[in-house]
Amino acid sequence: MRFRAKIVDLACLNHFSRIINTIAKLARTCILRLTVCKLYFILSDKVANGGASMWCELCQGNFFDEFQMEGVAAEHNEIYLELAPENLSRALKTAQNAKAVKMKLTNKHCPCLRVAVELPSLSSSSRIVTHDIPVGVIPRRMWNDFREPSVPDFDVSIYLPALKTMKSVVERMKNLGNFIVIEANLSGEMNLKIETDLVSVTTHFKDLGNPPWATEDGCQSSARGRDLESMVEVCIDIKKLQQLLAGQQVNPTKALCNIVRKRIVHFILLHEEVSLQYFIPAIA
Amino acid sequence: MPFSTQPPASGERYALSASLDNARHLSSLLRAVHFQDHATCFATASGLRVTVEDAKCIQANAFIQAEIFQEFSVQEESVMFRINLSVLLDCLTIFGTSSVPGTSTALRMCYRGYGYPLMLFLEEGGVVTVCKINTQEPDELLDFDFCSTKVVNKIILQSEGLRDAFAELDMTSEVLQITMSPDKPYFRLSTFGNAGSAHLDYPRDSDLMEAFHCNQTQTNRYKISLLKPSTKALALSCKVSIRTDAQGFLSLQYMIRNEDGQICFVEYYCCPDENITEAEL
Repeated sequence: MRFRAKIVDLACLNHFSRIINTIAKLARTCILRLTVCKLYFILSDKVANGGASMWCELCQGNFFDEFQMEGVAAEHNEIYLELAPENLSRALKTAQNAKAVKMKLTNKHCPCLRVAVELPSLSSSSRIVTHDIPVGVIPRRMWNDFREPSVPDFDVSIYLPALKTMKSVVERMKNLGNFIVIEANLSGEMNLKIETDLVSVTTHFKDLGNPPWATEDGCQSSARGRDLESMVEVCIDIKKLQQLLAGQQVNPTKALCNIVRKRIVHFILLHEEVSLQYFIPAIA
Repeated sequence: MPFSTQPPASGERYALSASLDNARHLSSLLRAVHFQDHATCFATASGLRVTVEDAKCIQANAFIQAEIFQEFSVQEESVMFRINLSVLLDCLTIFGTSSVPGTSTALRMCYRGYGYPLMLFLEEGGVVTVCKINTQEPDELLDFDFCSTKVVNKIILQSEGLRDAFAELDMTSEVLQITMSPDKPYFRLSTFGNAGSAHLDYPRDSDLMEAFHCNQTQTNRYKISLLKPSTKALALSCKVSIRTDAQGFLSLQYMIRNEDGQICFVEYYCCPDENITEAEL
């Protein structure tokens, strides 16, 4: 099992750091899956996470100048590592003006992801800051626990409003209560609602648009013949939604959500070559 | 209970109904008196007064006169209710607190009367938020009985002179001592904290002093934890008037100019700290 990679381009490095910062906001620990072409950050829906799960996928070629990986075995040319993304985020904070960042899987005393940041210096020799991030190697027999979640049979699919507005509203609502209701219809309307003994607040978004597959006949039998105006709702833990929005540092190219009435909401955020899916289950 | 996103027509009978193009004109003033969760709202045809009290010895009032609103109507002689101020502020700032130039949140406020919730309709950039906040029975408010004829000492200062002093008050001191006198030190703020005592003097001929009317030497102490929240009002204001009466009750009146240049007032009243006797001073 070997892994070596290097980023030299500053823009790629900053983009990569932003992605890691977003992941760090969503998960205390997660799985990093390495394949020949892609990196995946995975959080599976264990009870400890409050049932939320995440799947983030990026093409290594868009970030790394060098990328060499040898998996556990020839037929299973992949590596699954468990780590705390906050550690990686902190290591990359020192790399804001770096000349290069190298990553390598090592096993001196225990398995670590070694991040070596080469910083510019006035003298001819470079300054290198090295971070050893402890990782857990996930054995092959457990890989099935971390498969890509299937897109649920959703009742409605809708594009999200401007994340900046959504973030402000959700942050305020978080002060008022613990649960938020997200409801949306096939006419591009979405409401965010919070209700307690003391106060009820509803924010109405219009003209959001629905993705083309939302109303295609072949796709969702439950949507066929259904009134376009009727709302589909799900009630979730507001902290999970706030964490997702707080982690968005750059506006995504595409942002949408799929709702399964009273069961789960599935967010899909696309930033150029990176896709992030986040599933938040309904409050029991 | 479903309610539409459209605010009710002005023809309906609401005990209180008001419209404001820029909700910040209201929210920034309310933040200046937000040191407790609950506030009492009192509305008359002249405008809105929001009162917050603590420990039965401090009271803050924010006055937003009717002219600040684009529309302000009170059907009865007066309307009064208690409301959770933290919740009200979260609702008024639902679209965020940063003042991006050119954008503002429009507000419509409606209150049907005793027992009904306060309804807020907020709009920014085509997005509408509807809030329904429960109201409660108003508390009896303290009456400091502070009128101009009972004032012993009064000074008016430019707020910038006091801002740093209040922001850096030694909070390990239990009290803030205020001395006002026709003679030196004229106006002195003192604290007595763990590291020692600190005195800040303002001479009567200072540029910051807009008016100085001190007839008697008075030294009074006030619980610093009660006065510290007034720093928020001071930060927003351009001028502050400091007055004391014969019993040592303190009145701080802050003149605040909003984004449109309109003037509003916030005042704080505070009882002197009873624990200190004259002999100790």
